Amino acid sequence: MEELVKALTIGVANGLIIALIAIGYTLVYGILELINFAHADVFMLGTALTYFALEVIVVSMGLPAGSLTALVLIFAALPFIALLTASVNASIERVAYRPLRNAPRVAPLISAIGMSFVLQNVGLILLGPSQKAVEPVLPKNDLVFFPSGPAWFGIDEVMVVAVTIPLLLVLRWFVGSTRQGKAMRATAQDRDASGLMGIDVNRTISLTFLIAGGLAGAAGLVVALYYGQTWFLFGFQFGLLSFTAAVLGGIGNLTGATLGGLVIGIISALSDRFLEAKWTSVLVFSILILVLVLRPTGLLSEKVSERA
Amino acid sequence: MTTAARPRRVALPDPFRGMDRKRREKVILIGVILLAIVYPIVFRSLESAFPFIPWPGTSVLIICATFAILALGLNIVMGFAGLLDLGYVAFYAIGAYTTAFLASPHFGIHISWWVVVVIAVGAAALFGILLGAPTLKLRGDYLAIVTLGFGEIVRIVFRNLGDVTLALPAFLGGAVLIGPNANLTGGNVGINPIDPPTIPIPGPWGNAIVFSNQNPIASFYLVAVLLGITFLVCVRLRDSKLGRAWMAIREDETAAAAMGINTVTTKLLAFSLGASFSGFAGAFTGAYQTAIFAESFNFAVSILVVVIIILGGIGSLRGVVIGAFAVQYVNQTLLRYLGDQVLNDPIQALGASTGIALLRDFNLVNYNYLIFGIILAVMMIRRPEGLFPVETARAEMHGIGVAAEVTAGSSDELALAEEVTVVEGIEEPVAEETVAEETPPADRPGDVR
Amino acid sequence: MTAAAQPADGDLLVATSCTKRFGGLVAVSDIDFSIPRGSIVSLIGPNGAGKTTFFNMITGLYIPTEGRIMFDGAELTGRKPHEVVRLGVARTFQNIRLFGNMSAEDNVLVGLHHRLKGRWFEAILRPPSIIREEAEALAKARELLDLTGLKGRYTTLARNLPYGDQRRLEIARALPTQPKLLLLDEPTAGMNPEETRRLTDFVRRLRDELGLTILLIEHDMKVVMGISDRVTVLDHGEKIAEGSPAEVRADNQVIEAYLGRGAAGGG
Repeated sequence: MEELVKALTIGVANGLIIALIAIGYTLVYGILELINFAHADVFMLGTALTYFALEVIVVSMGLPAGSLTALVLIFAALPFIALLTASVNASIERVAYRPLRNAPRVAPLISAIGMSFVLQNVGLILLGPSQKAVEPVLPKNDLVFFPSGPAWFGIDEVMVVAVTIPLLLVLRWFVGSTRQGKAMRATAQDRDASGLMGIDVNRTISLTFLIAGGLAGAAGLVVALYYGQTWFLFGFQFGLLSFTAAVLGGIGNLTGATLGGLVIGIISALSDRFLEAKWTSVLVFSILILVLVLRPTGLLSEKVSERA
Repeated sequence: MTTAARPRRVALPDPFRGMDRKRREKVILIGVILLAIVYPIVFRSLESAFPFIPWPGTSVLIICATFAILALGLNIVMGFAGLLDLGYVAFYAIGAYTTAFLASPHFGIHISWWVVVVIAVGAAALFGILLGAPTLKLRGDYLAIVTLGFGEIVRIVFRNLGDVTLALPAFLGGAVLIGPNANLTGGNVGINPIDPPTIPIPGPWGNAIVFSNQNPIASFYLVAVLLGITFLVCVRLRDSKLGRAWMAIREDETAAAAMGINTVTTKLLAFSLGASFSGFAGAFTGAYQTAIFAESFNFAVSILVVVIIILGGIGSLRGVVIGAFAVQYVNQTLLRYLGDQVLNDPIQALGASTGIALLRDFNLVNYNYLIFGIILAVMMIRRPEGLFPVETARAEMHGIGVAAEVTAGSSDELALAEEVTVVEGIEEPVAEETVAEETPPADRPGDVR
Repeated sequence: MTAAAQPADGDLLVATSCTKRFGGLVAVSDIDFSIPRGSIVSLIGPNGAGKTTFFNMITGLYIPTEGRIMFDGAELTGRKPHEVVRLGVARTFQNIRLFGNMSAEDNVLVGLHHRLKGRWFEAILRPPSIIREEAEALAKARELLDLTGLKGRYTTLARNLPYGDQRRLEIARALPTQPKLLLLDEPTAGMNPEETRRLTDFVRRLRDELGLTILLIEHDMKVVMGISDRVTVLDHGEKIAEGSPAEVRADNQVIEAYLGRGAAGGG
């Protein structure tokens, strides 16, 4: 039973991270009908940047492991990391996708695959082929114990929630209530009409990529701290989970991406614990294929239908 | 190739002057065959005579030829039928593992490779049908993801089944069905050794000709023959009723259906035939290398084949073959050469003096996927029809011509019957008549579905 | 399934009570329609009247919400497009939907698709039977191209042909399916009077020489009046008049439908 609870907590924490990345996929797909293959690799970049930042912070300042100063500093660095990943994402759009705005749909997809490989190679160069341990800065305390047994969750899970939930709420507010958010939604519905209504479509699209990239960067920081490592293939690993989450919730649907993230997070945590970790990807991929084949509009299907 | 898009400024000496196209192609073909026969034999001498030229080794050429077979197969799927398959490596793996199962000590089965290759091709084709049947109706980008997923599933399944214990649950008796700890696929380590193809003709090489990596020259001849067969099959398919049907579907699926083409079975045939070529290549690779392991059949391989096709020319038979040789030559030989001979030392020296680790450890070979990624993006933006394009693809990609202008708007007005039967309850009607004077914008030429 | 419009027994196509709804919108409402064998029938009406929708119901691109279509004794309702073709109905499209990047003869060869017997593995092996079939097919295709006035342009890419030739290629492509009924969707759209005259003659010859039955959607009234044995008028998805060209021209409802709308016949 305790195992179950522990798995669920991990699942929820992972689910929130996955949701953050999934929203990036869904935002971009909603506005461009493009699966941004490179998105998860931008997230990976976020983990790498966090790793390097911590190297600088801890090593150059000679701070002891688990020091509070390091923790504070890395969170102070969060907006900068997010800004960097946001810019990378937006630049990729400018350079590799915008020229293909009017090409057949498969063209930007292939270009996105190319960009994904570029980023992965960059990650490989920067980090080497194996996982790299990130300087530990989170206190390892666990909170809320069973009378005699493992903990429910620890400070690291709290950290995940503390970062992701506010971001999700801010995003929801932004897309729902601000003028730019409305512009994003309008452009997602009908790009040409929005242009005719005076919306600067290019700027709106760039903004979307900035937001998606920023969220990915934040997710990267969270993962680097929560998992304590970075790896050039993190993008591929998390990309699968996040994209499945986005599809599950109905691609283009923000709430769906969040809920989908939680579902996939929990499923994969349960699979890791009770099945075998080596089968989790197969399980998630199978879910992805089944959803796409049987119910491509997702479980929270939006009537923004499938007309090619 | 004959219609010049830009006028030539310099009249180069033309070795083919005066010959018509067919004759010219014959001459080139004979030249290539002669080169293929002679090169592996003289390679070593060339290498010692001109050591500063990065001659491709015979093993490299074998890889090139193998990927040419893969590219021709994926070209049927992507180039002829217009379907995006990102999990092509799955069928490569299926071909290789089938060969490993049936011609190695692993299960103790030793069927001759010449028979096994047929079975392997069949297995790959079968899985092509199994994957394609439920998924080919999906839209282009979704199909891409699904095929990617399939590719990964195949790789992971092969990797994981090295240690299988499948038992009935306790309440049903707990009988062990498979295992315990059965090693089905060799797991992470893979299967090793595998019986290579042999021809039992004694000679200076021993009792039989063995086509393994111990004997690259003979193996190269074998794979070159296999490539030739593949190429011939592709030519015949392209110029046949089926080839036209594929092209028609790719041009305009609705109109193709209106011509009596069963688009579902035709696409499935493309997918399955493409898969069988991949299995064909896999059967050769497994046996030639005499060893396989799951991790080598990964997503990067699928993408490499896509790079080859995009670079060489989507839909163009000679384009993708040239592309395969070019890409793998660069990947296996040229990058290392340029690194070792030209770039690595100065950059590393720069790194040593500035203390930048990135530069100090520089090795060009590690940047291969970065280069290929950039190639993909650049090609799609600047020259999506490829370097050696099919004449027609150039126009299609740049959105000129009737088909482009027309198919753009009309997908709004005439949905596929299949799509419409499913979405009967749509809110507003598909625009049922457009005024003839309107010319829809050249928006989505030749949409790949 | 009331036999309202008195279809004669020998009629090639009989549509009864055909209705097509898209959600709340009724595009075609309760149409009874029949086409006698060997006739040329025109379907006219203002833009948005439901003509192309009706075409699409016949050819299987849409499934009728209600009603039934019988073709030469066989049930046509709800069939898939390639099945409809095999039963003997061919069509052209309002916007030209040629295979632009294929040659003229390849376009026609695609039209021959379901008449060719060769299987794909035979194509790979190339036995004499396949070589012969392909040669015969090519000869037939070129023959049809000659018939449609495209002689000598066999290998020209369809997208490179002038507009009038493209229209004719579209018809040539529909012919090898050996249809009994040919549906032409605005065949003279965008043509000058000379091209229009040639196409009209061509359509007449298709009926006279090849024995085809033809259903036309047309806006050019000269063509309609000059070539049709019978004219049916649709407006707002309903049939408002039917008869000989002269009868229809004098019908008050028809005049109102056209003139009452003025020039705003926006699609």
